[in-house]
Amino acid sequence: MSDYAIVTKALTKRFGHFTATDAITFEVAKGEIFGFLGANGAGKTTAMRMLCGLLTPTSGEAIIAGYNIYTQTEQVKKRIGYMSQKFSLYEDLTVKENIRFYGGIYGLNYRQIKSKTAELLQKLQLEREARQLVSSLPLGWKQKLAFSIAVIHDPSIVFLDEPTGGVDPITRRQFWDLIYEAADSGVTVFVTTHYMDEAEYCDRISIMVDGKIKALDTPGRLKAQFGADSMNEVFLQLARAKSS
Amino acid sequence: MQPIVVQNIHKRFGDVKALRNISFTVEEGELFGLIGPDGAGKSTLFRILTTLLLADEGTATVNGLHVVKDYRSIRRQVGYMPGRFSLYQDLSVEENLHFFATIFHTSVEENYELIRDIYEQIAPFKKRPAGKLSGGMKQKLALCCALVHKPAVLFLDEPTTGVDPVSRKEFWEMLQRLKQKGIPILVSTPYMDEAVLCDRVALIQKGEIMQINTPAAIIADFKKPIWAVRARNMFHLLRDLRAYEGTDSCYAFGEYLHLTLHTGIEDAKAWLTARHHEDLVIQSTTAGIEDAFIRLMQEQNETV
Amino acid sequence: MRQFLVFVRKECYHIFRDRRTLLILFGMPVILIVLFGFAITNEIHHSPIAVLDEAQDTYSRRLTERITSNGYFDLYQNLHSVREIEPLFKKGAVRMVIVIPPDFGSDFYHQRKAAVQLLTDASDPNNATTLVNYANAIILQYQQEITGHPALPLTIHTEVRMVYNPSLKSVFLFVPGVMTLILMLVSAMMTSITITREKELGTMEILLVSPLRPLLIVAGKVVPYIVLSFIIALIILLMGFWIFSMPVKGSLLLLFMECALFGLAALSLGVLISSVANSQQTAMMMSMMGLLLPTMLLSGFIFPLESMPLPLQLLANIIPAKWFNIILKDVMLKGAGLEQVWLPTLILGGMTLFFLLLSIRNFKTRLS
Repeated sequence: MSDYAIVTKALTKRFGHFTATDAITFEVAKGEIFGFLGANGAGKTTAMRMLCGLLTPTSGEAIIAGYNIYTQTEQVKKRIGYMSQKFSLYEDLTVKENIRFYGGIYGLNYRQIKSKTAELLQKLQLEREARQLVSSLPLGWKQKLAFSIAVIHDPSIVFLDEPTGGVDPITRRQFWDLIYEAADSGVTVFVTTHYMDEAEYCDRISIMVDGKIKALDTPGRLKAQFGADSMNEVFLQLARAKSS
Repeated sequence: MQPIVVQNIHKRFGDVKALRNISFTVEEGELFGLIGPDGAGKSTLFRILTTLLLADEGTATVNGLHVVKDYRSIRRQVGYMPGRFSLYQDLSVEENLHFFATIFHTSVEENYELIRDIYEQIAPFKKRPAGKLSGGMKQKLALCCALVHKPAVLFLDEPTTGVDPVSRKEFWEMLQRLKQKGIPILVSTPYMDEAVLCDRVALIQKGEIMQINTPAAIIADFKKPIWAVRARNMFHLLRDLRAYEGTDSCYAFGEYLHLTLHTGIEDAKAWLTARHHEDLVIQSTTAGIEDAFIRLMQEQNETV
Repeated sequence: MRQFLVFVRKECYHIFRDRRTLLILFGMPVILIVLFGFAITNEIHHSPIAVLDEAQDTYSRRLTERITSNGYFDLYQNLHSVREIEPLFKKGAVRMVIVIPPDFGSDFYHQRKAAVQLLTDASDPNNATTLVNYANAIILQYQQEITGHPALPLTIHTEVRMVYNPSLKSVFLFVPGVMTLILMLVSAMMTSITITREKELGTMEILLVSPLRPLLIVAGKVVPYIVLSFIIALIILLMGFWIFSMPVKGSLLLLFMECALFGLAALSLGVLISSVANSQQTAMMMSMMGLLLPTMLLSGFIFPLESMPLPLQLLANIIPAKWFNIILKDVMLKGAGLEQVWLPTLILGGMTLFFLLLSIRNFKTRLS
């Protein structure tokens, strides 16, 4: 096993004549918070789906948590967690039922689920709401719960697809506290976001433009490289360059 | 005449109080922002003003017309872009635009001047079904459709949500140009950084307006000194500062933590130095809208 | 008016660009007709039967010959004793046994009254009933031939459909049935789905916040579907005519007017559903359970209403499809004119008006 949680080499996906991701190559170290940025339609979602084993690449290589995404999809799926803003929890199940369900599909046994449930409810201070339907929770709580469930099986890597959209500023930061904590305990975090200030919370960032990775470094070095004050400016410079 | 006047609006859905005592006015030619997270009540307020919902209490006028009594006239005069992408996905760009022009008793040609700027950006794709456009393009088309009848007031409910930063920037540039043409605009957004692009903003949370002012005044209103702090391990830094009893608030802002204190900064420095943080940087900084929003949220939470 | 036309055009775009739904809309009547016409037919062909002829006289032999010679029944075995019957049924070798009592011929000749016993395997009651009906019809015919007049009560069940459908072709009954079903489906279900789709997409919000009057929105959505259901009704009629050479005895104009009336009733039901349902799924479930199922079960199209318990018969009266089915059968098969079907037409018209007013009243000018 290497020190990398994710290694890709010239990973490419074509849909007909359209190249959604064009030979992307990068590594993500274990325990790193890796920000995966790009404009709408730049190929982020496609790349992320390939890394999660949901899409077979057209060419190139990728090793996720030490497993090959072509041949060992099942092992890959066991070692990763996934959460997106659009889908994560069942609204018509209670908090507890959601935890039990996801614990179950990730193969946790009864005792593990029980202890995890207690631990998780306590951490999120959701003990009183355990028997409430998820649909009755405020959005921010749902997101935090969804994240905690995504890492319930102690995955090596967790993929977060725009996890904080529309959340209030305090909850958004509490959410990032959870991310920090997970990373601190060794989980690799792979996150996409439209909030450029959140990009700065990441250890390293890649910016995708038209299917290619156009920049990849720490936020500080990227800002220096582009002579910009904020990640927003870096992003605009890169994305604007393509349209001109 | 003020384009939008809202007075003491209340609205509840069952047990949930969606809006509590909302009052504000939008002036002639003003770009007014409603800033708040999802679930703050922004969309409900938009629907009341566009005559789609009835308020439980309070009154509102749009362009001098009463939202309940004169709803038919209001519907002829306003442009509305709902939160969800609301165009016909299976109709082409052109077909969508013509459809909305016609149902508003006008034609694309008649008001082309107004939408030209925006439409030219999507014109290359005019034969494409709206469902196959990228997020930013969809928003531009939706804006064209909302503008095509030359509305007297424009309502844009979260036009930039889920849109990438480039398209967001372009969208706001378009709004600035529309403002120059004298159209009053009420726009909502969950992105705090967009507040500074508005003439005035109302910060809204849990159905209540926490503050209404110009962005500059809101920032100036933030009296406490703010310190930007960073270190190599931000998570440990955050944990240590939260544990520090002199800390008033501590939140991540970009590459720094924004820190406000009950005590002097020297004490805090000493506390951190004792905990061996590498590459520690502490400097004074100025507040942003988001700092103000967080502060107001905390006050709101304390009073509840 | 221009607004209205543009709206209708937009609606047509939706319809024609959704190829899959279009295929279902036009494919379904074809498949249903073919299915009911050929496959799920209630008709019987060459059903094996046994005869226990205890009379063994000319009359009885001619009767047996008569029953087994027309292609409906095949003689599997001649029996000699009552004890042979049960094993045959158990084996499933025969579906009906005809028992002719010893004095059949003399009874018939002298008393002008004779009994024949028909035993059927009622484990499939529908089929059993049909078998008995067929046999009865044949016996009745036979009786008429010998006696010259049909006064004798040899048969009890003389159903109307056998009188007006002398060749006993069940497809003739299914054509009106399928027409009812499809008109209901296209008009009610499709309208409710297309209106709720606009709610789901959020486009309804924009339409409401426009000068369009709600009535115009509904009319604009509904008109294309009226045309569509008309075309489909026509296809069904043509199929009935060409494939099954089914005649339309009554006036075509009257038939189309009645179709339009029923279509309108279904459309208003669709609009009514869409004012309650907020998602396409709910709309679909509601029209399935609330409209299609009753239309199938209680219109008399598949299951004869006469044989239902009284409460269900009463319930059937509030189902528009029942009245439409009556009208269709009368016009198509009996050649009835408006003077014969005015009552069901009036009832259907009244229902239509009621649903129409209700749906207009319930259509919301706001979101809630």
